[in-house]
Amino acid sequence: MSEAAATTTAASESDAEIVIEVRDLVTHYGDRKILDGVSMDIRRGEIMVIMGGSGSGKSTLLRHLIRLERKTSGTIKLLGREVDDMSDHEFYAFCRKLGVAFQGGALFSSMSVGDNVMLPLREHTNLDRTTMEIMVRLKLQVVDLAIAEKLMPAELSGGMIKRAALARSIIMDPALLFCDEPSAGLDPVVSSALDELILQLRDAMGMTVVAVTHELDSAFRIADRITVLDRGKILEIGTVDEVRNSKNDRIQALLTRRFEEEELDAEEYIRRLVGEKQDG
Amino acid sequence: MAAPDSKQGGAVDFFEEAGRGTVRGVEQFGYGATLVWQTIYWVFMGRFRQQRVRAAPIFAEAMEAGIRAIPIIAILSMTIGIMLALQGIHALKAFGAEQQVVLGVALGITREFAPLITGILVAGRSGSALAARLATMTISQEIDALRSMGIDPVRFLVVPAMLAMAVMVPVLVVMADFVALLGAGLYIAPEINITMAAYIDQTLAAISVDDVMHGVSKSAIFGVLITVVGIVDGSSVTGGAEGVGRVTTASVVHGISAIVLTDMVFVFAATR
Repeated sequence: MSEAAATTTAASESDAEIVIEVRDLVTHYGDRKILDGVSMDIRRGEIMVIMGGSGSGKSTLLRHLIRLERKTSGTIKLLGREVDDMSDHEFYAFCRKLGVAFQGGALFSSMSVGDNVMLPLREHTNLDRTTMEIMVRLKLQVVDLAIAEKLMPAELSGGMIKRAALARSIIMDPALLFCDEPSAGLDPVVSSALDELILQLRDAMGMTVVAVTHELDSAFRIADRITVLDRGKILEIGTVDEVRNSKNDRIQALLTRRFEEEELDAEEYIRRLVGEKQDG
Repeated sequence: MAAPDSKQGGAVDFFEEAGRGTVRGVEQFGYGATLVWQTIYWVFMGRFRQQRVRAAPIFAEAMEAGIRAIPIIAILSMTIGIMLALQGIHALKAFGAEQQVVLGVALGITREFAPLITGILVAGRSGSALAARLATMTISQEIDALRSMGIDPVRFLVVPAMLAMAVMVPVLVVMADFVALLGAGLYIAPEINITMAAYIDQTLAAISVDDVMHGVSKSAIFGVLITVVGIVDGSSVTGGAEGVGRVTTASVVHGISAIVLTDMVFVFAATR
C-alpha cells in the first residue's frame, strides 16, 4: 500500500463505522489462558491484520470472532450484534454477512471447485441453477480461477486452493471477510498475487477484512492497521508505520524474526504438535 | 514398602481411568441422543429455519450405504442360509426330526440372522466410512467451514445419512431374508426330499408377518445406531491421519457392539 493511499485511508477510517468490536475478551483452554483481555475495534472497509508468533492466540481470536469457539468472558460485536447472544439459528442467518477463508482452504473434497463455491448460494438462496452458475463463474473470474470450475480440490495447487476458498467466502458478497493465514505456505509470487487480490476485493466490494498471518511481508502489504498479539495479549494496534516504528522489544523481535517463542512444557508441546487444539 | 504404594497407585490409576472412561461414555451417549433428536428436529423444522433437508444427499447416501451393499449382503446371506440349513439338519438328525428344519431356519433367518448380519456388514462398510469422512472433514476444517457459512453440520451431514440408513438397512434386511431363505431352500429341499415349492409353502407356513417385522423393525434401529456411532466417533477425532484411522477402527468395534447389545435388549423386550 502506498504512503499517500495509507494516509487517505487512515483519515477516512477514523470517521468510519465500527463493524467489529471486541472488549475484554478472555478465553481458556482448560487451565491455560489463551486470550487475556483482548480489546479492539475494526472499522468498515479497513483491512486489519492480526499478527503474532506461534501460540500468540491469533487464530484463536479469529475463531472467536466467527463463533467457532466460546469465550470465557468479554464481548464480541459484529455489525453491532453480540455474537454469543444470538441463538444458533440467528447466527446461521447472520453468517450470510460473513465470509471465511480457512488456512487450508477447507474445500469439500467430494465437490468440484464450482460446487464448493456454489454451496452457500444453494443453501441460502432460492436462485435457479443457471443463475447460481453465472454467479460462481463471476467470482471465480474475480479470483482468476475460472479454468478450475470443473476441477476437484485434489487437482488444485496450494495457491489455487486458497483462491477457490476465497471465491467461496465472497460468493454471498459478505460485509466482513475473515482470512486465516491467506498466504501461508505459498511461494512469494503467488503470495503477493493473493495479497493483491485481497486488496482488490476490499476496494471493489467494500468489504471489511480481518486477516490472521505471521507472514510479515504479506501483513505489511495488505494491512491498514495491524494488531500484534503476544501470549494472548495485545501488544500494539496501529498502522503499518506505527508497528514498524514501535519501541516495544517484543514487536521489534517479531519484526526482525527473532521473536522469542513462548516456553511450553513437554505435554503442552506434544498436544499442540498433534493438533489437539488449533491455535495461532 | 514400595510394593504396597505402587499397588495402591495402580488401583487409583485404574479407578481414575475407569471414571474418566465412564464420563466419556456418558458424554458420547448424550451426544448420540442429541444427534437423533436434532435429526428429528431438522426433518420437521428445517424448512421453517431456512435449513431445508434436501432429497439429493439422502438419495446419494441411500445409494452408497444401501444399493452398493446389495452384492456383498446377497452373497453373505446366501452363505448364512446354507450354513443354517446344514447345521439345522445336522442337529435335528439326532432326534430324527430333519423335517422340522424349515421352521428353525425360517424363524432364525427372519428374526435374527438377516438383521444381525446385515447390521454388522453395514456397520463395517458404511459406519466406518461415515466415521472416516467426518474425522477427515473435522481435521481439514470442513465442519468449521460449514458453520461459518451458516450451514448446520447436523442438518447437512447427519440427517441425510441417518434417514438413508434408517430406510436402507430394513430394505437390505428384507432382501437378505429372501436370499438367505432361498439359499437354505437350495440345500434343504433335496436333503429332506421335498420340492422347492413344498419348501416355500412350509416356510410361509412357519413364519408370520410379525416375525419378518421383528427383524425389519430392529434393523431400522441398527441403521440409526450405525449412523450415530459413526458420527460420534468421527467427530471425536484428534491428531491427523493416525487419528482418522483410530476413530474408523473404533467405529466398527463400537457399531457392532451397539448392534449386538441392542439386539439382545430388543429380543428380550419383544419375545417375553
